[in-house]
Amino acid sequence: MYAPAVESEIKTVVQQAIEKHGYGHDALIPILSEVNHALGYIPAEAIREVKRQLVYPGDGTFVSQGQLYGLASFYDMLATQPRGRHVIKFCENAPCHVVGGKAIWDALRETLALENGETTADDKWTLLTTSCIGLCSVGPVLLVDDDMYGNVTVEQIPEILRSYE
Amino acid sequence: MPAIKSLEELKRVREEALAKKQMKAASGNIQVIVAMGTCGIAAGARDTMKSVLNYIETENLSGVAVTQTGCIGMCEQEPILQVVIGDQAKVTYGKVNAKVAVQIMKQHVQGGLPLKDHVLPI
Amino acid sequence: MPFYRSHVLVCVDPECLEKGAHEVVDALQDELVAQGLIDEIQVLETSRIGSCSSGPEMMVYPEGVHYVGMTADDVPFLVEEHFLKGRIIEKFREVHKPIVDEELGPLRPKEVRVVLRNCGEIDPMNIEDYLAVDGYQALGKVIGEMTPEQVIDEVLKSGLRGRGGAGFPAGKKWAITREVQDDPKYMVCNADEGDPGAFMNRRVLEGDPHSVIEGMIIGAYAVGASYGYIYCRAEYPLAVETLNVAIAQAREFGFLGKNILGTDFNFDLEVRVGAGAFVCGEETALMASIMGQRGEPRPRPPFPSVKGVWDKPSNNNNVETYANVPQIILRGADWYSSMGTERSKGTKTFAVGGNVSKPGLIEVPMGITLREIIFDVAGGIKDGKNFKAVQTGGPMGGCLTEEHLDLPLDYEALSRAGSMMGSGGLVVMDESSCMVDIARFFMEFTQAESCGKCTPCRVGTRRILELLEKICDGKGEAGDIEKLEDLCHEVSRNSLCGLGQGAPVPVISTLKNFRAEYEAHIYEKHCPAKVCRSLIRFEIQAPTCTGCMVCARNCPVEAISGERRQAHHIDLNKCIRCGICMQVCNFNAVSVLS
Repeated sequence: MYAPAVESEIKTVVQQAIEKHGYGHDALIPILSEVNHALGYIPAEAIREVKRQLVYPGDGTFVSQGQLYGLASFYDMLATQPRGRHVIKFCENAPCHVVGGKAIWDALRETLALENGETTADDKWTLLTTSCIGLCSVGPVLLVDDDMYGNVTVEQIPEILRSYE
Repeated sequence: MPAIKSLEELKRVREEALAKKQMKAASGNIQVIVAMGTCGIAAGARDTMKSVLNYIETENLSGVAVTQTGCIGMCEQEPILQVVIGDQAKVTYGKVNAKVAVQIMKQHVQGGLPLKDHVLPI
Repeated sequence: MPFYRSHVLVCVDPECLEKGAHEVVDALQDELVAQGLIDEIQVLETSRIGSCSSGPEMMVYPEGVHYVGMTADDVPFLVEEHFLKGRIIEKFREVHKPIVDEELGPLRPKEVRVVLRNCGEIDPMNIEDYLAVDGYQALGKVIGEMTPEQVIDEVLKSGLRGRGGAGFPAGKKWAITREVQDDPKYMVCNADEGDPGAFMNRRVLEGDPHSVIEGMIIGAYAVGASYGYIYCRAEYPLAVETLNVAIAQAREFGFLGKNILGTDFNFDLEVRVGAGAFVCGEETALMASIMGQRGEPRPRPPFPSVKGVWDKPSNNNNVETYANVPQIILRGADWYSSMGTERSKGTKTFAVGGNVSKPGLIEVPMGITLREIIFDVAGGIKDGKNFKAVQTGGPMGGCLTEEHLDLPLDYEALSRAGSMMGSGGLVVMDESSCMVDIARFFMEFTQAESCGKCTPCRVGTRRILELLEKICDGKGEAGDIEKLEDLCHEVSRNSLCGLGQGAPVPVISTLKNFRAEYEAHIYEKHCPAKVCRSLIRFEIQAPTCTGCMVCARNCPVEAISGERRQAHHIDLNKCIRCGICMQVCNFNAVSVLS
């Protein structure tokens, strides 16, 4: 799903994002989020493309690459590096921590042989921690792509991972 | 629905909504309500919902309305499912996985007998 | 199914039966047959239409007319007037009273539900469900009967304070935004609920989105705003979806858009989705993010009420504050201010998490004690363990102890105790939690979320975290506690926004309330709660060990040796203190020592 993006694809994705969210300043974050979602991350070429395409009709370019990169690097959900085909996000915040989150986190790192932010050699998995997703009462919690898993136990982990074969 | 343009209309719309709500209870219909807040979904409410819908389809049940609601605040009991038969009091079940959902459909929705083991005391 | 143009529901509860409900039903059937209406009008028996005190009671739909006190003799008159001539008979009509308190059935002891009253009760994706529970009636009342000033006055009188944590009186903020002479004005709803452990706004957004939308529309009417933003965090995809559905429905029904309810009042609303930055919960950072910038806070004043989104006056309240508003308008300021303490009125939602038996989301009147919340509402400490601490107010709140359990909960009492109300997160910890580890934990969080704009927060939080890591690692030295105290003080005092100002609070409060634990880590190289890995060791108790070999098989570093049916042994040089042996042992033979 997240194969390295080809140039023509980047062009279309950026174009569609701009069409959907408009040319205004307030559209920058929605546009970048859209690109991030479509490509799995925001490649440098996509930033150039957004800059190229984002012009006020008749008014010339109005956003710099630096400004766009500044946004992409500031917000956690926007990635500037490629990620694996499946992204695991583990909640390591206090409420999950006190109900046994640590054991799950260790088991994940061990099973995948990854540390936080790393991607497996076969580009299948990326392991990340996430900010609290508000599912504290069913903690420990993890996300695989958009799927949520609550009340996770160490025993369930192989089973969960297997379902993404 | 055309936009409401006066307070009288607003009042009428409210009465209609109330009527619809009471109709659901009065006509002897059965409502199955699944709590589909994010916490419910994380605990497996989607599977529960699927299981309920499947059951209705395979058993060809009629007069059963399946709806959803938000988090009811007993997240440790998720997935939560509620059954309302006609105007009887609402019965709330906790920890309803796909399998328990089938049991509830069979025994309570079809048979009229609540499943004591999973009923929450609320 | 035959189609009826009208349905008559007759209550057949015991009291109504005694007053002749069955006779009324029979008379109705006969009369409808006699008038040839039996195929058009259906008579149904039901229960609990009203209080039954002036029965027999009946409801006639689709008009939704509630008749009481009718006897069988009145039925021919009813059929003729109502069903043949289409006239409502006023003398039997019962006018609807607003929902009363006892209908807000508490789920748990001591709960009172105002904000959460509809959550889990209605289908959030269906506006009619909301309308059926008096939805948008407050908006109707405001537009039909009240001036903007009267609305502000009512909110002011109710004593409602900002539920985002700072506790600024909502009515006062509205008044300020109204007074500023500038155009246009914006309504902003802070739904960037980032505090770990706090998810009450998520529940309202997912379970009852219209109450927030209605609150914002009423606010817009009061302050004179024409457009609004709900800034919702991207971590809540379902909330975003629910809000978008609700906004579209509200627009369709004419509660949003131009000429709302036929007046010249215009207001519309959109959801802006964040992109994962905790600091965007700070109001100036949030507004920067709405405008497409990095979510970095700026100094205040000017406050958003004067210069906010697009440099225009912007009224910013959080989800819970807005969700209170329709109920305050419908039931009145006096009703709302009858709950709570002298300076903190109404109810507050809390997300209770951690080591309690019944974690979850609760709504209680202000002034309740922490003890009541933890032990009565949340079912006490899990697994029969003892209470140790409770952290209130999110990652920048303080850890309170046994001695604070009987404080009445309000904004002032909590801040006097060295913590805060915050948005309402409560993390309860039992005796197995190490307070130094907890402080390190929260510091890790705030350090990572520091936006980096100001030096005290960017660098200071990192230095505090390093010290805490050192102590947990068993490398603490004399003087570290004092250094921590100094740093905390400086970071609190000199940071630009609430994040940096609040970040040291968990450290300050644990240093104050659990100093002995810090000292044990530093001077005795001992973790009393047996949590910090560098300071603990695992041991297999030979008398209880059955030699089943489960631990040896599961040990990731092969540190456990022993023959089958013989007591096993852990090689402490190889052991990485992961605790898996303890988790898998079926005989409780592994213990942890410090």
